[in-house]
Amino acid sequence: MTSTRTALAGMAIAAVAFTGLATPAAQAQDGELFIPLLTYRTGPFAGSGIPIANGMADYLTMLNERDGGIGGVKIRIEECETGYNTQKGVECYESTKANDPLIYNPYSTGITLQLIPKASVDNIPVLSMAYGLSAAADGNLFPWVFNPPDTYWDGASAIIKYIAEQEGGDLSNLDGKKIGYIFLDAGYGREPIPLLEQFAKDYGFTLTQYPVPADQMQNQSSQWLNVRRDRPDYMIMWGWGAMNPTAVKEAAKIRYPMDKFIGVWWSGGEDDARPAGDGGKGFKTLNFNGVGQDFPVIQDILTHVVEPGKSQVSETARVGENLYNRGVMNSFLMAEAIRTAQEMTGKKVIDAADMRAGMENLNITEERLKEAGMEGFMAPLKLTCADHSGENDVYVQQWNGETWEKVSDWFSPMKDVVRPMLVKAAEEYVASNQPWPERSEPCAQ
Amino acid sequence: METLYLVFIDPFVQMVTAPDFFLQVLWEGFVSGVLYALIALGFVLIFKASGVLNFAQGIMVVFAALSLVGLTALGVPALISFVICIGIMFVLAVGVERMVLRPLVNQPDIILFMATIGLTYFLIGLGELIFGGEPKTMVTEQLLLPTGSTAFDILGGFLILQHIDIAAAVIAIIMVAALGFFFSKTRIGRALRAVADDHQAALSVGISLNQIWVIVWFAAGIVALVTGVMWGARSDVSFALQIVAFKALPVIILGGLTSIPGAIVGGLVIGIGEKIGEIYWGPLVGGGIEGWLAYIIALAFLLVRPQGLFGERIIERI
Amino acid sequence: MLYREAGQYKTSYAADMAVFPIRQDRIGIAVMLAVAFVAIPLVASPFFLASIMIPFLIFTLATIGLNILTGYCGQLSLGTGAFMGVGAYACYKLTSIFPETNILVWILASGIFSAAIGVVFGLPSLRIKGFYLAVATLAAQFFLEWAFIRIPWLYNYNASGAIEVSTRTAFGVVLTGPTAGTVERYFAVLAIVVLMTWVASNLLRGWVGRSFMMIRDMDIAAELIGVRPLRTKLLAFAVSSFYCGVAGAMMVFFWLGAAEPSAFSINLSFQILFMVILGGLGSLIGSYMGAAFIWILPVLIRMVPEALGLPIEAATVEHINFVIIGALIIFILIVEPHGLARMWQIIKQKLRVWPFPY
Repeated sequence: MTSTRTALAGMAIAAVAFTGLATPAAQAQDGELFIPLLTYRTGPFAGSGIPIANGMADYLTMLNERDGGIGGVKIRIEECETGYNTQKGVECYESTKANDPLIYNPYSTGITLQLIPKASVDNIPVLSMAYGLSAAADGNLFPWVFNPPDTYWDGASAIIKYIAEQEGGDLSNLDGKKIGYIFLDAGYGREPIPLLEQFAKDYGFTLTQYPVPADQMQNQSSQWLNVRRDRPDYMIMWGWGAMNPTAVKEAAKIRYPMDKFIGVWWSGGEDDARPAGDGGKGFKTLNFNGVGQDFPVIQDILTHVVEPGKSQVSETARVGENLYNRGVMNSFLMAEAIRTAQEMTGKKVIDAADMRAGMENLNITEERLKEAGMEGFMAPLKLTCADHSGENDVYVQQWNGETWEKVSDWFSPMKDVVRPMLVKAAEEYVASNQPWPERSEPCAQ
Repeated sequence: METLYLVFIDPFVQMVTAPDFFLQVLWEGFVSGVLYALIALGFVLIFKASGVLNFAQGIMVVFAALSLVGLTALGVPALISFVICIGIMFVLAVGVERMVLRPLVNQPDIILFMATIGLTYFLIGLGELIFGGEPKTMVTEQLLLPTGSTAFDILGGFLILQHIDIAAAVIAIIMVAALGFFFSKTRIGRALRAVADDHQAALSVGISLNQIWVIVWFAAGIVALVTGVMWGARSDVSFALQIVAFKALPVIILGGLTSIPGAIVGGLVIGIGEKIGEIYWGPLVGGGIEGWLAYIIALAFLLVRPQGLFGERIIERI
Repeated sequence: MLYREAGQYKTSYAADMAVFPIRQDRIGIAVMLAVAFVAIPLVASPFFLASIMIPFLIFTLATIGLNILTGYCGQLSLGTGAFMGVGAYACYKLTSIFPETNILVWILASGIFSAAIGVVFGLPSLRIKGFYLAVATLAAQFFLEWAFIRIPWLYNYNASGAIEVSTRTAFGVVLTGPTAGTVERYFAVLAIVVLMTWVASNLLRGWVGRSFMMIRDMDIAAELIGVRPLRTKLLAFAVSSFYCGVAGAMMVFFWLGAAEPSAFSINLSFQILFMVILGGLGSLIGSYMGAAFIWILPVLIRMVPEALGLPIEAATVEHINFVIIGALIIFILIVEPHGLARMWQIIKQKLRVWPFPY
């Protein structure tokens, strides 16, 4: 290759680099509510990330289109693609932080863990809706982090409670049972283990563990062979992304009774159960949001966002799917917190500190749900200064081959067991991260 | 003593006391091995003819499977989309030869290896741009592949055979036989072997390197398509599938980078070895050891034979 | 005219052997150091420091580490990510056992642990070569990643399974943890990277570097003239892993703030390998260029649509980003297989005779 071309290429690269560096970052505009959305539509977890991203964006867009924003103030949303990659997650945070964001939704346990200390110092709330650090439910120690409606430990306790229900109702019926736990071998999947081990001791069942390494997500035959050998009475799953559909298929393959196979709420996507075809029938997961398009709020999204082509969903049928609706719920919580903060402060354009107060005083009642067109979409939810999670009611849904069906009533996790563990874990986290700032934020009412 | 028992005695006791389960483990290992061998085959084909360790094989698998599913979703009958996909793989092969291989001829191995990683990035971006990142369901039935399973009562227990696994094994065997025949009996196959032995000598007797490269990349593309169908049927078709390419690396290392039978034997050794290891010894350390066990098995073989089981002997001269 | 060596005479061997024998180079490096130490902290935004400069410098150090092994000693390794992880976990453990000690001491000490692990996984290199060795280092990658998850002692039995950086100081300045200032972190990273680059440049010019290069160019020949292959290769693994380990510790302590085992996955190994090869095998300046190219370019591409006001979705930008990066890698390899460092040399060659080329 001639050296002239080499030099030219070098210069071109240098030129690109300089123009890029000189470009100033977009400035925040006054009179807007800025919400950055850390999403992932690429990478190995895109299958779960896309519907959530669509739901989150579409609900906020719907508020802009239908109501002209919240309290008359437009919401500006900006997606930042993380690819579920922690490096890019931090970059997204740093690049949007200067534009006065109200709140962050990391949608990855790894990114959440990185943002918790940073956001507490920068005074920006983090909403990790039913993921992230369970201990952050303790608002006294983590004033800036919120994880409603439930933590993983709530989820694990709810599944155990549900299993006991199936066995006749009382927890003592679990005695002598064998419960298998298959999980993504990462912080996410390992988090419920201490709780499950505690329960195994307390209620006399045996717990067998089947870790699935992240690079083996689509190749689980060994784990399921082990399941076949051990024949657990129930299987609990903590899966995400491509791990879920593979697990459902493998379970069907070894003819595991699907109605005894219960996943956490992150294993309940339509794309998780559908690939198994008929074999997936009967698979159950926990859930805390409604599924389907039969809610006025989803109809509004269809009218105001999807039909005018302002949504990124690939087809209208995907609106109302479980993870899509979870994204809607996520955005609904943020919108309600903004509303609460506006009422509390009397300001229209609130800042991150107001947003935090709004989250802490979030009180979503049955009436409010009805008003928002979400009756039955989620359980009423109330956060306090001390309790940033709420340990709210969940329900169990079952795959019927076509869609998810609600097969249980809303029921509560075992608050009395989980709460002390949460507080203990929060104290441990703070102890190992000394010096941890004392809560200085007032508990605004 | 307890540990020694658990390591050296207990696993074998388990194998003997539950023979039906052991048989199932062997079968699963065999099927995994065949599937690993399919991916490995793609690597070996290209390495043999051009000395390139084609890192893009994994994404080619995903790309082929996505094209197939994508075309079917547009309403094209699955079998016709399969044929069109073969065409797409041909276009890809020509493109790679023109844009990547030809300008990089005579460069060190590591540069070509890097170029295939660049190709991987390119295909990931292009694939997501065209098909989106959402996972898709493989059109197994439309491709006339069997689904469902049969259970046999055997050895006081039962053995479940998935029809798709049997089909995978049969198809893999046919493909290996066909490729073996192609390499040893046809004119092009002989030209391929000549190129593999010595590029310059092959050129001097009038073999067109460019043509040969298109052919091997095309063959690797077809292998990728079949692999994509088989793996897609086992889980789903998404970009996470490219991780399976990492499973092929210990396989080709074990079998030798240049040997087609090596890919098969390597696949089976790794497939069966890691299943037995994971199931009988994995629980001792908490399970989930498959990820690195395959590499350790390969490494153990390598320490005895540094060029793999069937690899060409490395002769070093000054 | 500007870059002319004519008339610069050396009067001693020491002057002839200097790292920068040409005056213009010395001025250039002084200017660059001045920019890095003075100008950038004065004018740069926190985003530029925290998301561009700090990661760029950390990746540079890791790239130098891998370059020592792959570029200078010819041993292909795909385990860089895991070796960086060893450094990070070692530093985490050290600082949680001795919280009062200067954190910079532990950052540098953590390299020793990864060097030890690197030597263990370097052992097969005596028998296995080329791509076969690359796969052996993949064994290290996957095994260590598994160990990071499975040995809870490494992350102090955290429920989250991740390591979290707490507030630590050096010389009375808070350097890590959420309250650490961006500028302070930047200076710490910059100082370590500059220092270790200087050490590497001297190490590689001496007998150590020469024996590495002899092994790379032909190991049998090197053995015949008295270079002991096992010792040299293991030394290369040790030095390389030391650099990677320090880079890994810095990555978590000065940049990310917390890390799950997946932060040290195979993708990180590939990222570093890209930087080495695009920058130029066997070149320290190339390590800087490669790291800058691979880290900064995607950040820039992400900014372009926003700067131009184009309504492109974030995900689409990311897809296009992949396409562009992939195409550029191939393009650069075709144009100049020896990487950006070689391009720089050619430019220097031209500068020498500019403006009157012959």
